[in-house]
Amino acid sequence: MTDQKRRVALKVLGATLGAAAFAKAMEPLRAWAPTLSLAEFLQRNYRELDSEAKREILARIEQKTLEEHGVEVNVHDDRPIDGIEFGYALNLSVCTGCRRCAEACHHENNHDRATNNSYIRVFEMEQGSFDFEKGTADYDHAVPAPGKYYLPVQCQQCDNPPCVDVCPVQATWKERDGIVVVDYDWCIGCRYCEAACPYHARRFNWHKPEIPKHEINPDQGYLSNRIRPQGVVEKCTFCLHRTRKGQLPACLEACPTGARVFGNLLDPNSDIRWVLENKRVFVLKEELGTNPRFFYFFDK
Amino acid sequence: MNHQGHLFDYPRFLARMLWRAIDGTWRFYAWMTMLSALALVGANAWAHQVASGLGTTGMSDHVSWGLYIANFTFGVGLAAGAVMMVIPAYLYDDEDMHDVVIFGELLAIAAIVVCLLFITVDLGRPDRFWHIIPGLGRFNWPVSMLTWDVLVLNGYLLINLHITGYLVYMRFLGRKPNPRWYLPFVFLSIGWAISIHTVTAFLYSGLGGRPFWNSALLAPRFIVSAFITGPAFVILMLQLARRLTRFPVGQGALNTLTNVLRVTIVVNLFMLGSEAFTIFYTGGQHETAGRYLFFGTHGKHALVPWIWSALALEIVAIGLLLGHLKSERPAFLNAACCAAFAGVWIEKGMGLIVPGFVPSTLHEVVEYVPTLVEWKITVGIWAVGAMVLTVAIKLVVSVLAQVGAPESAQHE
Repeated sequence: MTDQKRRVALKVLGATLGAAAFAKAMEPLRAWAPTLSLAEFLQRNYRELDSEAKREILARIEQKTLEEHGVEVNVHDDRPIDGIEFGYALNLSVCTGCRRCAEACHHENNHDRATNNSYIRVFEMEQGSFDFEKGTADYDHAVPAPGKYYLPVQCQQCDNPPCVDVCPVQATWKERDGIVVVDYDWCIGCRYCEAACPYHARRFNWHKPEIPKHEINPDQGYLSNRIRPQGVVEKCTFCLHRTRKGQLPACLEACPTGARVFGNLLDPNSDIRWVLENKRVFVLKEELGTNPRFFYFFDK
Repeated sequence: MNHQGHLFDYPRFLARMLWRAIDGTWRFYAWMTMLSALALVGANAWAHQVASGLGTTGMSDHVSWGLYIANFTFGVGLAAGAVMMVIPAYLYDDEDMHDVVIFGELLAIAAIVVCLLFITVDLGRPDRFWHIIPGLGRFNWPVSMLTWDVLVLNGYLLINLHITGYLVYMRFLGRKPNPRWYLPFVFLSIGWAISIHTVTAFLYSGLGGRPFWNSALLAPRFIVSAFITGPAFVILMLQLARRLTRFPVGQGALNTLTNVLRVTIVVNLFMLGSEAFTIFYTGGQHETAGRYLFFGTHGKHALVPWIWSALALEIVAIGLLLGHLKSERPAFLNAACCAAFAGVWIEKGMGLIVPGFVPSTLHEVVEYVPTLVEWKITVGIWAVGAMVLTVAIKLVVSVLAQVGAPESAQHE
């Protein structure tokens, strides 16, 4: 064999070995790929879907939930209602920091059980200070503690949302009724929105969410509380699968103190309008120009 | 020769050169085998990460970017800095630099490949990659700075592939390159090099909720540090090329690059110092990230060793460069380049990306430590970059060093 031929043979051998080793290295993907169908892969952005396409997708999600979790669920596509723009206000004078709102969110929105995820973080703040630095979300004692007040934070549904601006693929946007939503089937999981949000309102699905079968909330929305796929970002949607049907958000219903006020900003007779007109309300980090639709006030 | 001819000959030329470039000594094969092994370990770790989720990394909702984005940021600087060598060569008409410009461009190509890989492995849904392709997906341009980055990085890759490919092909054909076909692109690449690193800085500095990044100095700092890593790497690369290949590397080019490095490494420290002054003298809530980075806060200190070793490495590099000024010993220069390169890698990577998240926007202090999976993938990607660079250099050198007897690509 000439030197030339030997070199060619060696190169071919090397390439074959390399390709085989590469295939072996990529093997874990074979367990993951079958969970992804071609229809899912080719699915367009939510805002480009016609009603026929939406129907098929909702049916497919229901079917997949049945296969993967063994539960029959209803996935709806609730649209904004004309003449309604939602606003939320929270009375800091009566909030006791019991975190029932965070717990209700956890169950309502089909959050991963292991991480105890919730869209609401309640901060125990020091009386006389508005410095988060002096507050903590990890308190573990009877509430309310003396010298403290409590500040629940969730998505502020900004009118000028930095998270929407930074998304490279328009997987997140603000809807007509003021709610900022995520298309979980379009998000690429770059997490730029998490970096941009000044309120720590967004969460990422670091693993596939796991929920015991009997605890799954079967009343689900495509843009809200359906069980999220792995690797995408999610956030509070003011429970749009409830509120767009005239119900109240789960966090409000769970609140034992009546600290939470929710309603239609366009209706002059709504509770939220009464609060905005009669209380001295403020928003978090107003200086950033995000224009939240979530307001706070003190009563006394 | 008509254009139709080039259309077929150019790919054929590339394939043939590539085939030739993977011929080499036992040292070359050992080097490539080692890099392949590292790349395979990285590929395997990535496959695991995709299958079981980014929870296999040390990142969390509090620190949502880590080692991958840190390396991405550094890689963009390396790519930009490499092409900055074009400035002395063409703008100041420095003849010594002309021959080595092509090395800078090859480094830029390899660095961009590295950057694109780091972005890919950071995605939670790499299968939805096509959503970010203009025309196919929904490209949020011009509002999202990330879409700008997609455009400038890929554009930069294409420009550099064109320049190097054209020059080498012409040399191979034994023809004098027509300046009309590469000079405009060379000037374009200078501006473009600035743009890739500026856009990458704007990615962070435009976020009002992250005071640590929200500084107008970030883009200038990025550019200056690019002028450190680019020249430092190319100085080492040229000396290796001089030792391992027949390619003639003049001392003039090395001197120019060393002079650039001497200035930029000091300017970079000055900028870091003025950032530190603004943070600490102003104080208040915005000080926390700086305090966490340099001294630790709330009993948490994960970044302290990183940033102080970065500073130490950069100061040592300055000292070594001064030593080199007096004694001209190459060992001083080489050590200085290594120290400067490592120092900036830390300062611009872990020392810049992670403190943007600590404390979180609601001032919670959650630390981030990269996991083994992240280290494996990171090493794997740099190994791929080194493979691309090695083969590219061999390809180019084999053409450029082949003086006389120009073959025509038409005759196979």
